[in-house]
Amino acid sequence: MNDSNASPEELLRRFQARIDAEQRIEPKDWMPEAYRRTLVRQISQHAHSEVIGMQPEGNWILRAPSLRRKAVLLAKVQDEGGHGLYLYSATETLGVSREELVEALHEGRAKYASIFNYPTLTWADIGAIGWLVDGAAIVNQISLQRTSYGPYARGMVRICKEESFHQRQGYEVILTLARGSAEQKAMAQDALDRWWWPSLMMFGPHDAESAHSAQSMTWKIKRQSNDELRQKFVDQTVPQAEFAGLVIPDPQLLWNAERGHYDFGPIDWEEFNRVVAGNGMCNRDRIAHHRRAHEEGEWVREAVRAHEERKRERAAQDAA
Amino acid sequence: MHAEPELFHYTLGLADDALVLGQRLCEWCSNAPFLEEDLALANVALDFMGRARMLYSHAATLEGAGRDEDALAYLRDCREYRNLLIMELPRGDFAFSTARQFLVDAFNLPFLEDLCRSRDPELAGIAGKALKESRYHYRRSRDWVLRLGDGTAESHRRLQRAFDEIWGYTHELFRAGEAEQRLVAAGFAPDRPALRARWEALVVPVLAEATLRRPEDAWSVDGGREGTHTEHLGHLLSELQFMQRAYPGLQW
Ligand SMILES: [Fe+2]
Ligand SMILES: [Fe+2]
Repeated sequence: MNDSNASPEELLRRFQARIDAEQRIEPKDWMPEAYRRTLVRQISQHAHSEVIGMQPEGNWILRAPSLRRKAVLLAKVQDEGGHGLYLYSATETLGVSREELVEALHEGRAKYASIFNYPTLTWADIGAIGWLVDGAAIVNQISLQRTSYGPYARGMVRICKEESFHQRQGYEVILTLARGSAEQKAMAQDALDRWWWPSLMMFGPHDAESAHSAQSMTWKIKRQSNDELRQKFVDQTVPQAEFAGLVIPDPQLLWNAERGHYDFGPIDWEEFNRVVAGNGMCNRDRIAHHRRAHEEGEWVREAVRAHEERKRERAAQDAA
Repeated sequence: MHAEPELFHYTLGLADDALVLGQRLCEWCSNAPFLEEDLALANVALDFMGRARMLYSHAATLEGAGRDEDALAYLRDCREYRNLLIMELPRGDFAFSTARQFLVDAFNLPFLEDLCRSRDPELAGIAGKALKESRYHYRRSRDWVLRLGDGTAESHRRLQRAFDEIWGYTHELFRAGEAEQRLVAAGFAPDRPALRARWEALVVPVLAEATLRRPEDAWSVDGGREGTHTEHLGHLLSELQFMQRAYPGLQW
């Protein structure tokens, strides 16, 4: 009930009570401004990641080694663009337009997953991205299927189905390489060496250092902590690497029977911060590419608007 | 008449058409004017890729020499590629890609309608599936011609220039060499020169509605079916075939 006479404290109490009762918050419901802002930041960052992620993978569509791989990769990259679209629509339900978000991206005010600042240098990187990056994304997104904001949660359900498909296809590329020639196996190992640590960084800082985590957990925007999700990813991925005969580049990686989990070595957060701060191989290329495509498309979007306008005028004349 | 070697070359040419245009469409990925259009272009590209794969597989069967779709796509050089030149021209700006796509889609409708009646049931089946896609492609590219032609002064200028630049490559769509003419006579292949009137009926009124001028038939270039290409094809192939050339004989 949106009782307009209720005090702010009362509204907040009712809001939290609904969250605690596992009820979904919908666009028309009252919500604290900070909840709305947190969602806009998180969902738009997620949307930008899907769209910017089209570039490193799109980098291999023209060079894919077989027609089947080419079609699968193109369809995958297309799916990622579709994920971007659903997520931009979810932010629109919070009163922020796609245009505003894209402008923020171009001006460097909005973030996207930093892993896409790494380059795809060989075909094996396409396998590694599907296996590891989509694999990490799924762990995170499965947990977000229970996030408290309705449109975001429903978007995740839809997206997760496709992501698990991507993960299997990526792993299949890696497996084919790992079972191929010595050169192919080396290519797969090299890709794992380069993508492993950035994949672990995708889950964000350790819980103790995470700026937004505690409040997001109370609001049930986040359902599991960064470290819990990261551990889940490591536990499910290590056996896959072993099955492929590849070595995870972490000498401290070891099964811990007591914990029932793999222990793993320290993450190089300096490297993470360095890349986030703009020192990754592709930061500038990614934004420049997006900005160029957007600018080159300006005359097309203008033509669409002008044509629609003229059609409306004609329809009005015909009606008169 | 023993049609197989001629039917093989004919099918291979159609497969090359689909692959080369599909590859050009792939170049739009992450480069379209807005996200919805990026996804729509990828759909069309996927249709052409699917078509190419079916046609190469059929060609491989007709040839019976142990080559598969990838051997045919990745291990032939420029002189052995048989696609029509219009498919290989660089993507250009969005107006150029729109003009090319519209003209090719408008050609594919009558062509595939007739190919559905081919005496080769396999080709007829592929044509039936492709025709459904091409009907949708044509509606889409026609809408774009109308939007850009009757949009802003700039979009009109760009699209008119695109049609002017590409028009001379459309004549090749309606030419058939001697081998193809024998396949026409035997009921395997559509009669290209006879398709022109149906193509014009799909193209000319749309140009007029879009306030565009029908370009002059003053020039024409051909040679694709004989393996004489523009300089652009070699670069397209060097990218397409890079992996198979750099790492020969492997499974991916
Ligand atoms: Fe995605
Ligand atoms: Fe994905």
